[in-house]
Amino acid sequence: MLDRIVFDFFAGIAIVSAILVVTRRNAVHSAIFLITALLATAGIFLQLHAEFLFIVQIILYVGGIMVLFIFVIMLVNLDVALHQLQFRRQWWLGLLLALALGAEATAAISIGRSGLPDSSTAPPASVLDPNTELVGRVLFTGYLLPLEIASVLLLVAMVGAVVMAKRRT
Amino acid sequence: MADPRIPAASNVETTVLGADEIILNMGPQHPSTHGVLRVKLRLDGEKVVGSECVIGYLHRGVEKIAEHRTYQQFAPYVDRMDYVAAVSNGLGYCEAVEKLLAAEAPPRARVVRTILTELQRIASHLIWLGTHALDIGALTPLFYCFREREEILKIFEHYCGARLTTHAFRIGGLQYETYDGFEKDVARFCEPFDKRVDDYEALLTSNRIWLARTKGIGVLSAKDAIDYGATGPVLRGSGVKWDIRKAMPYAAYSDYEFEIPTGENGDTFDRYMVRLEEMRQSRRICLQAVEKIPAGPIMARIGKVLKPPPGEVYHSIEAPKGELGYYIVSDGTTQPYRVRIRPPSLINLEAFDKMVRGHLVADVVAIIGTLDIVLGEVDR
Amino acid sequence: MTQMLQTSLADLKPFLLPLIFAVAIVAVLPLIAGYMTLLERKVMAHMQVRLGPMRVGPHGLLQPIADAVKLLLKEDIVPENADRLVFWLAPVLSMTAAMLAMAALAFGPGFQIADLNIGLLFVVGIGSMGIFGIVLGGWASNSHYSLLGALRSAAQLVSYETAAGMAIVGALLLAGTLSTQGIVKIQDAYGVWLIIAAPVGFFIYLIASIAETNRAPFDLPEAESELVAGYMTEYSGFRWALYFLAEYTNMVVVASIATTLFLGGWLRPFAETHAFDFLDWLPPVLMLSLAGYSLYRAPKQPVLIQKLVMVAVAGMFVALAVVLAGPLVATHFLGIGAAGSLIASWKGALHGGFWFLLKVFLYIYLFLWLRFTFPRYRFDQLMRLGWQFLIPISIVNVMAIGLGLALHRQWGWPRGLSLILMNLITVAIAAALARTGESKEKGEAIVGEFWGSGRDA
Repeated sequence: MLDRIVFDFFAGIAIVSAILVVTRRNAVHSAIFLITALLATAGIFLQLHAEFLFIVQIILYVGGIMVLFIFVIMLVNLDVALHQLQFRRQWWLGLLLALALGAEATAAISIGRSGLPDSSTAPPASVLDPNTELVGRVLFTGYLLPLEIASVLLLVAMVGAVVMAKRRT
Repeated sequence: MADPRIPAASNVETTVLGADEIILNMGPQHPSTHGVLRVKLRLDGEKVVGSECVIGYLHRGVEKIAEHRTYQQFAPYVDRMDYVAAVSNGLGYCEAVEKLLAAEAPPRARVVRTILTELQRIASHLIWLGTHALDIGALTPLFYCFREREEILKIFEHYCGARLTTHAFRIGGLQYETYDGFEKDVARFCEPFDKRVDDYEALLTSNRIWLARTKGIGVLSAKDAIDYGATGPVLRGSGVKWDIRKAMPYAAYSDYEFEIPTGENGDTFDRYMVRLEEMRQSRRICLQAVEKIPAGPIMARIGKVLKPPPGEVYHSIEAPKGELGYYIVSDGTTQPYRVRIRPPSLINLEAFDKMVRGHLVADVVAIIGTLDIVLGEVDR
Repeated sequence: MTQMLQTSLADLKPFLLPLIFAVAIVAVLPLIAGYMTLLERKVMAHMQVRLGPMRVGPHGLLQPIADAVKLLLKEDIVPENADRLVFWLAPVLSMTAAMLAMAALAFGPGFQIADLNIGLLFVVGIGSMGIFGIVLGGWASNSHYSLLGALRSAAQLVSYETAAGMAIVGALLLAGTLSTQGIVKIQDAYGVWLIIAAPVGFFIYLIASIAETNRAPFDLPEAESELVAGYMTEYSGFRWALYFLAEYTNMVVVASIATTLFLGGWLRPFAETHAFDFLDWLPPVLMLSLAGYSLYRAPKQPVLIQKLVMVAVAGMFVALAVVLAGPLVATHFLGIGAAGSLIASWKGALHGGFWFLLKVFLYIYLFLWLRFTFPRYRFDQLMRLGWQFLIPISIVNVMAIGLGLALHRQWGWPRGLSLILMNLITVAIAAALARTGESKEKGEAIVGEFWGSGRDA
């Protein structure tokens, strides 16, 4: 019962925020609503006992990526964007595509629902090791190579950013 | 139609701004410009590529007023120029007029003048140290410095009744005899003062952050310092050993032993060390002087109405900020024809643009502090 | 219907205790942050040879309340073209992030709002959300300089967060768990606080946390109100008070993290050694001595109402002393509190809370001390220190501790020896790095001989 209420609360916030992200004119407002959408998703993770995912979502997505977004939004001159003309001519095409996509998604979920894992078959969260240990163990044993490749990729990106910034001066 | 007498070019607004350049205004109301100084900075990103100081916010027409006052009436006005070191201003003026009158203050007066001027030098440097450290972020030395300065101001108040704008000296000597216990008070201040300067040094001199904020900042080479006419600690910090107290002694300085500290690199840190050392040397002079103040009259016999013979004189002294000069032209009447004051702060401020180029915006405040300007003197 | 009500009440039961704790913390925290401002002013004053607030209440004890009332009553000015939603949101976000981070901190055994098994990561992560408060605040002020100041401050926070995080990771390798309760229990089990096992990590965290909370000597973005106005400039009245409280709450949060991780949390010094059990009496004795001092100062107050307030303060300390001494007296003299009973857990919670707060207080005192002693770093020097010194050293620290643990676990070296060795190696690398950094900074500046080979002009 309580589970239901909490889930509805987070899901509701996520949906409303997501809608607000795409409907706001002011880019900073959009960014703020994206943050709330991400926080609500993190809340759902927490409810599913995936604590590590919850905190990583907050640290990386909200605290890292969204900070980057907001920096960029603030440094770019947005007054121009605020007064630009919106693309509104082909609204009927947009509506048609949205409906088609929605129908496709609904069909996919309802047909494939039986294949999805559900809470009755999974072991209860209390008997598993804490989420962090599980993720850590899997990352550093089974998925070590992809982890290292991802790290190198991030390193390349960082070094590239520093080099590009320096070249300007 | 632009006034042809006013030069159009300026370091800041002369050319079209480059891609990343902006003009930043450190307005006349600003906590760290030590008075009403307006600094226009041309910035390339964070770096200063040009600067211009706009002065005149404190101009009171002191030199013009001098033409309409008698020599004695003008004496209190000079205190208000470098209001942080009023006693030195008075010394310079009185000695200049005495030169014009071909009179000399009696020995006792000269010694007492020396003591008070050296105490004033210490007080002025204490304000400089406190505010300079505060600008760079060290909150504590300010209060220690003011604690010491309080002692000096008490001595001044006991002697002549005023703490700040003292009018301590008169043309021809002194008005007031030293009070009972004057020597004791001065000695009692000077005794522990060396240790106090050690305290300030302990807080700042070997502190990494202080060194990072002052070493290599605001470098003025010796040649540039001489070219700009900089004097005082600004000149000595660049390595030039020039002090008027030794080069052209006045008052009683030739009787005492003291050293002239000089720096080597001409950066902010060297000027800091020069002024700290000057405080120690001033203390040394005071202790020597106070041991033996000659007895005798305190006022020369020059009469009440001063009518110097027509002529001109330039006399300068080593004020705490630099060479403070008075050029007085007399036309034989009781009022001077022209008094021109050479303000050390203004001349030193000319070097500001040279010193600040290439530094970051955060260093501008440190450089203004290290020049030790007083706007009262810059604008008169 | 009653069935649904009963199940929902049963569902809500586990929330009761955390809710009480949460309300207590949220109610008390602004008061603590306010009194921290008074502490700062008094400590600053005494270091600067003066007295500090003395008038409002005896020895200025009511100053924070006066300040709070004043700020609440001030006019609320919103800049003209500012974005009202974001202008309102920014200080709220700062304060919320800071307070929310308190949720996973353990003040005593069992004495916390939520014992998450990712406790420490939660605190660090939520604390880092405070950056939004700064950036949005600077943007909403609709001033170019506010925005630049805010972005600079955020850049500083992000850089030092990396170093702080790596320092925490180093200590977490030794602790083995992220749960705040678990970390302290591990230190209890080892018998030694983690600061002894990972001192380099502690010092890195100390410096990084000073930069995290925008305190001197790293407060250029907010104190450089000379050229670039800080992000807080356009905020007045209660909004500014929120920012201010958020800053002090952040200080409490980072101090709590450091205490939990490095200083043994709620453990008494030498918790396991029974020879030091007399230290258990330190809390009530300290409270009694504070009460005694208040009573001693009471007659010296100039005004009657101040005398009464001093006596009331003394009474409060006596009450605290009694509460702290209660379980001790019960166990030692009356013999009622056996281990595991209510009295023992009462003692654990109270004394644990006291030791925790004492350590947090000492850590914050260090912050205050550093603020009034050092000048501040210029922004580029600050960033250089973070990126070119602290982050490499913290990474080396993690590797060294990992190596130390590996030596112990894989190759059977004694744990103490391997850790000491690894810490020495880290310190040596840090010293070498510092020296190269210094020489790069100084360049060719000659520290010339002072009396100058100056030319005689």
